[in-house]
This record gives sequence, structure tokens and C-alpha cells, in this order.
Amino acid sequence: MTTTPLRPATAAGAVGTAHPRVEGLEKVTGAARYAAEFPLPGLAHGWLVVSRVARGRIRSVETGPVLAMPGVLAVLHHGNAPRLRTDYERQFGAHDQTAAVFQHDRVPHAGWPVALVVAETPEQAREAAESLTVTYEEEPHDIALTADRPEARTVDDYLPGVTEKGDLEAELAASAAVVDAEYTTPEEHHAMMEPHAATARWEDGRLDLLDSNQGTTWVQSELAGLFALDPADIRVRSEHIGGGFGSKGLRAHQVAAAMAARVLDRPVRVVLTRRQMFSLTGHRSPTVQRVRLGADAGGRLRALEHRTLNHTSTVHEFLELASIPGRVLYDADAHRTASELVPLDVPSPTWMRAPGEAPGSFALESALDELAEKLGIDPIELRLRNDPERGPVSGLPFAGRNLAACFREGARRFGWAGRDPRPGVRREGRWLLGTGTAAASFGAGAGPSTASLTAEPDGTFTVRIAAADIGTGARTALTLVAADALEVTPDRVRVRIGDSAFGPAMIAGGSTGTRSWSWAVMAAARELRERLAAAPDIPADGLTVRADTTEALGTLSQKERHSFGAQFAEVAVDPATGEVRVRRMLGIFAAGRIVNPLTARSQLVGGMTWGLSMALHEEAVRDPAFGGLYGGDLAGYHIASHADVPAIEADWVDDPDPEDPVGIKGIGEIGIVGAAAAVANAVWHATGVRHRHLPIRPDRVIAAGAVDA
Amino acid sequence: MHPSTSSTVTLNINGEKHQLSLDHRTTLLDALRERLDLTGTKKGCDQGQCGACTVLVDGRRTLACLQLAVAAEDQEITTIEGMARGGELHPVQQAFLELDGLQCGYCTPGQICSAVAVLEEHAAGWPSAATEDVRPEHGPPELTDEEIRERMSGNLCRCGAYVSIVRAVARAAAQQDESAKEEAA
Repeated sequence: MTTTPLRPATAAGAVGTAHPRVEGLEKVTGAARYAAEFPLPGLAHGWLVVSRVARGRIRSVETGPVLAMPGVLAVLHHGNAPRLRTDYERQFGAHDQTAAVFQHDRVPHAGWPVALVVAETPEQAREAAESLTVTYEEEPHDIALTADRPEARTVDDYLPGVTEKGDLEAELAASAAVVDAEYTTPEEHHAMMEPHAATARWEDGRLDLLDSNQGTTWVQSELAGLFALDPADIRVRSEHIGGGFGSKGLRAHQVAAAMAARVLDRPVRVVLTRRQMFSLTGHRSPTVQRVRLGADAGGRLRALEHRTLNHTSTVHEFLELASIPGRVLYDADAHRTASELVPLDVPSPTWMRAPGEAPGSFALESALDELAEKLGIDPIELRLRNDPERGPVSGLPFAGRNLAACFREGARRFGWAGRDPRPGVRREGRWLLGTGTAAASFGAGAGPSTASLTAEPDGTFTVRIAAADIGTGARTALTLVAADALEVTPDRVRVRIGDSAFGPAMIAGGSTGTRSWSWAVMAAARELRERLAAAPDIPADGLTVRADTTEALGTLSQKERHSFGAQFAEVAVDPATGEVRVRRMLGIFAAGRIVNPLTARSQLVGGMTWGLSMALHEEAVRDPAFGGLYGGDLAGYHIASHADVPAIEADWVDDPDPEDPVGIKGIGEIGIVGAAAAVANAVWHATGVRHRHLPIRPDRVIAAGAVDA
Repeated sequence: MHPSTSSTVTLNINGEKHQLSLDHRTTLLDALRERLDLTGTKKGCDQGQCGACTVLVDGRRTLACLQLAVAAEDQEITTIEGMARGGELHPVQQAFLELDGLQCGYCTPGQICSAVAVLEEHAAGWPSAATEDVRPEHGPPELTDEEIRERMSGNLCRCGAYVSIVRAVARAAAQQDESAKEEAA
């Protein structure tokens, strides 16, 4: 297999034209079934019981009274649950015991699962779970993330934790202008609308799981490791997924359901409650960040340092690589990026939409704005003067870097020209108005995937691939890609996804899903066309070919591959009430070939909505006294609602990746990157006061006030 | 089940009567999803915070997770499964589909039920917190984007589809106005 495109894209093809979601009708009529919505004969219901203490040991689980309650079938806990293996090799990320439930008496954080109550009905399971008495030997806990933690350390993740070149102190000393500031972002939660849910069944030693996840073969491999099974003896299905954002991998609910189903020898469903999701499904760690920038009078960067610190749990080492935006966006004579972690008595953090880039870009792109202010240079001009030719750390060429084009197009459409750079001078009634901008980048990757493609005797085609459509529109995108590759109309293509039986495939993560799966579909289509050209008669059961992209991905040239973007925001701030209202946002992206403009726009606007929400609303507050969250639910954890979100526009510049068979880069995450910084920079422009700590809450705005312009 | 903890009730859902023996603790949401296999109504939080379980009870928006099923007897319940009539989508459903007012689809049934009620509430002259002049003689306010956003704010969407949802509701409202004018003429 080679990386040569199958055939050039034609203007008449389906790719590049707006197409409503192929499963849209099922979703608007309520017919689409999600993980917890399959009725099964003999189904039992599991309800998790979680720890109220943040650190200690379980002394006792008083199962007797609960087992006597109506309908209760079993109580699983560390004293009786099946043993799991935790030393298996994982597909992604480091050794992780977050989902290995009921294996020991240690409690690593508040909200840790300590038991599963299984009963005939959900009402019985819930009442019994709420009645279960668990006693603890409580130990003092430590949850405080501060910049001066002596035990902070770096680790290498999929990228190195630290990069450095040049003499920072010398370059800073020689700079005409220096910014040195600390920024913080709070603990943030995915809060997808569909709670994690799984139904497990065992038959003849084989496990069948109906789940909601971002990769069926990924969850299959994790369960195979934990339960010491051959992956071929596990089938995981996940057809419709009510949002993922990085959180829907292996979690406590699948493991607990599989255990209980085995013990009881009947199907068991476990659905997490909204409150349990806040301690069991990962989160974005809070970050403490320090950025130091030094530039000459013309704005050229001489020094760039970005240091970040995040918390992790004591059962999983998760590094939030918030220092990475500078590795792509800007070069400097002295350049250092370093991300560190500190283990605390908190739940395990995980990937959350644009891990690293989302919090990191807030700090770096705020600091760039501060530097522009000090130098008296327009913020866009400052970024254009520092647009590097090659990767600042790697020295590799870029596989397309159209950031400047994004800024030019964005500035034109937003009306940036002639902007008065002075802060605090635009007033409209009680409101102070301001505008802000920021740059965005996100890595464009691809992972090995397999796909099968069948030519049916009736002239239609069926694609089977273990892809996941978590709301991205992947199912529709793959339909369009396959249609073009086969030179047929999309209505003749059926795409089946979300079943581990379809063979290994990349997860929906890292903005790599649609690119990875499209590659496999393109390869399968080429093979099928060759076979059909040689022997056009299709047998009664169809003609099926399989493709595997592992080898082709290995031949990709070494380049800096990224999507880029320019973010713009206009805000109104009332310094008396502390209200910040975003009036409009615009994002222009260079994000590879856009397969389906209708759903792509939704993806990008959705990401920007996350950026607005991150800038103004989201903050999970951990109580130092008991170690858990205050209000760990959707009333306590605010995400942007309808009334918070104004007209948000997203568009793109032409930016196909010539080395990808379709030209795709990936669009799932770039929309959030830089968006919070654009809002924060606009708040500065409105008020003249820098907000370096998210979210920009009303109390913070009132306390900070506004300059007297 | 002990007789004092359960009752036999008749629920009227999408014009069809269903007789059920229900645990008194069962919410309307769980009765729909677990007992009647009407899983279009979604459970996002089970505590009245997200709007995913919005259904219409006697034409008014109701959170099915906050209502006990036994208390819903003799009420007319409309769920997402009852929105399309005679194989034809409700104009709100059609607009959501065509304008991509959804991503993962999990908040969608609640958004659609809410939007259908918003159009009726607005047509009946109900003001919202975004309404400038709330005097009854002023009549229904113009259904601006701001009015739609305010009236739809009980329905959270984490994918961030709000911009397209507002567009879809506005289009369905405009269509409703058109057909009302045609009927009047």
C-alpha cells in the first residue's frame, strides 16, 4: 500500500458538500438507541456505592441488611469480587488502575467505588445502594494544587514532558520587553449529556457488552487485559454515543457490570448517576502555569518559557501537556516548555477535548496579548512576525501551516482593521466593550485501522469499521468518503460502525478518528474496485475486501502536522455587576479538507462554544475539608446554556493535506483551542484589567474593576 | 411486590393508553424508558438540571425525571415518539435534521419537545425574561434569537449545538407563522 491518493478529488463528488447526518432521522424521532436502552430478558440492575472519604481504608461493608431488602441479588465489594489483572499492556497511556474496581481496601479519593448493589429493578438497586453502610479508617487527605509543590515531576507521555534550547535568562535580560505571569485554569469536567452505561452478558465464557464508548476495540482490549481473556472472546458494541470528549474509555461501570453478570450468570446493566460521573469518569486537571516571554523592540521573540503543573491521582499518572502549544506556534532563541504533575488524593484526570492545548493556549495566547500591549504592536501583527518556517522544537517542515491565512481572513470578516488598541475606552450604557484574538493549533494524527467493504448484489455497498460517532458526524463523513472512492452516490453506501467484531480501529480521540477511518475506507475501496474491474460478477453473498492501514501509516514522511486557527471574540463587560457577555465569536481554521461542511461547522462552533464556556463558566470546586466537589452535578458545575451563547461563526481556508488520501487533518478539537484566550483578551480590551485565572467569574470582575479611561 | 408499595395505573402516552403495575418510586421517566420501551426520552441527570427528559404533559413542558409516574395518571403525555404525525416529521424535527441542530443526539428529543412547547407558549402570548414589554395588551413579543435562547435555556447541550438549534427553532417558527397566515387567508 502507498500513500498516493486513490484518485484526485473531483468537484462533483460527495466530499465537500453539505449532507445531513445519516442517522439524523433516528435521532430527531427518538428511535436511536443508546447504551442503556436495550431491553433484555432477565436484566438485573447494578448501582454503584462510592466512598464518602477522600483517603483511607475500608473497614467494613455491612452487606447483611441490604441483602435482606426486596429484590436485592448481590453486593460486590473488595472482599468478594472477582480478581482482575492490572499489569497488562495498554493501547494508549500509562499503567492505570482507575477502573480496576473492588480489588483492595484502599480509598484513593472521594467518590471511589466501594461496592455494587445488584437488584431486580433500578428502584430496588438504588434504595439498597443508598442504605448500604460502609465504614472507613479515615486518613488525612491532600488535594491542594499549588505552584510550589516540591514533589512535582515530569514524565514523558506520547510527547516528551520537557523540551529546551538556548539560554533563557540571557535572552530575557537582553529583551526590550518581557512578560512574566502566572495563569491558572480550574478542574473541568466533560459533562457529556449521556451518562456512562453498560450492559454485560456472559455466554459460554464469552463476554458481550453494550456500551457507550469512544472505541469498541479499545474497550475490548482493556477488558481482555483485566479479565485475562482472549480479545476474540469479548464483543463490545456502541452504536450511538451521547458525547464523549475524551471521557468514554474504560471506566468503573463496564468492569462492575461484567463482574456482576459473571457472578449472577444473568445480564447486568450499570448506569452511572450524574453525580458519580463527577468522580468516576475523568476530568481536566486544574493547571498552574507560568509563561515568560521576551522580545526585541520589533516583536521578534528571543525567549519563550511555558511551565505547567497539573494534579493526578495516586492510581494513575496523567500528564496534562499544557506546555505544548509553544512547541508548534512560536520559535525563540531560547525556548523551553515543561509540563509537570503532582499526585494528590483526587480522582484520575484524563483527556478532555484538546487536552494540553485547551488550558495551555489560554496561558500562552494571553501572554502574547500582554506582550503585544507592552510593545505597542497589534496582536495579529505580533503573531505574524513570529510565524516560524519550521517546527520550533523539532526543526521539521510543516505539512501545511496556514495560520497567517486564517488571521488575514478572520481579521477581514471580523472587522479588525482600525481597531483602537487602547483598553477601557468603548462604552455603551453600562457596558464596556472589547475585542480579542488568539491563535490555535492542534496536532493532526492518524492511527492504524482496519475496515471491510462489501459490494452487495443489489448494487449497494456496506462499510464495516469499528469507528465511533460521538456526535462528530463521522458516520456521515465515512459515507461520503466511501461514496466518492467507489464513484457512487451516498445513498448506495451503508456504513456500520461501533462493533468490535469489525476488527481493530483507531478510537474517536485526538481529532484522529475520521482521518484514520477514512484512510482505511479509501484503501478498501481501491482494493474492491480493482477486484470488481477484474471480475465484475458479484456473488450472492456479496464480495468483501478488507484493508489495514498499519503499513501505510508507517511510511508517512516526518513532518509537523497540525490544524491551525485564528479566534476572535467581542465581549461586553459590566464592571458593576461583574457580568461578561460574549456578543459574537468568529473562528477561521486551516484544518485540512472539510468532508462535510454542515457537520464540520457544527464541530468547530461546538469547540468554540466550549471555549466560551471555559472562559466564563466552568469550574469544579474541590472542598478542602472533605476532598470532594461542592455541587458535583449540572447545577453546581455550570456549562454554557442557550442564553450564554451568541451568534458564533466558524469557517475555513483551503488547506488539504497532500499526504492524506482524502486530505483530512481533523476538526474535533481545534475549535476550543485559543477560544478562551480570545475571550479573556477581549475582557482586557474592554476593561483594561488582565484576567489570568479562569473562569472570569462576576466576583473576579467586580474585584478587578476597570481602568478609569 | 408488596401491595402498599405499588399501584396499577393507566398512562395516556401519545394518544395510547397503557395499564401498568408500578412501584411508587418509579419516575415518569423510568416508566417510559424501563417499562414501556419508549427510550426516546433521555436521562441526562435524573435530577431536573439538564432538560434531556423534557416531555409534554397536558401540553406543558415537564421534566419526566421529577414527576412520579403514579401522579401522571389521567394526563395527556406526549414524548418525542409522538411528535411525528402520519409519517411526517413535525416542522421542528425537520428543521433540526436539515440545519444540523444536533450532534451526539442525546439532548435532542428534549430540545425538540421544549421547542415545540416554546412555539405554542409564544403563540399564546407568554412573555419570557427576555421580553421587553410584558403588558398583556402588548401581545406576543417578536420571537427573536434572544427570546428563543432565553426560552430554551432549560435544555443543556454539551456538544455546543446551540447556534444551530436556535436557527432550527426560528425556522420552524417562521413556517408556523406562514401556515397560520395561509389558514387565515
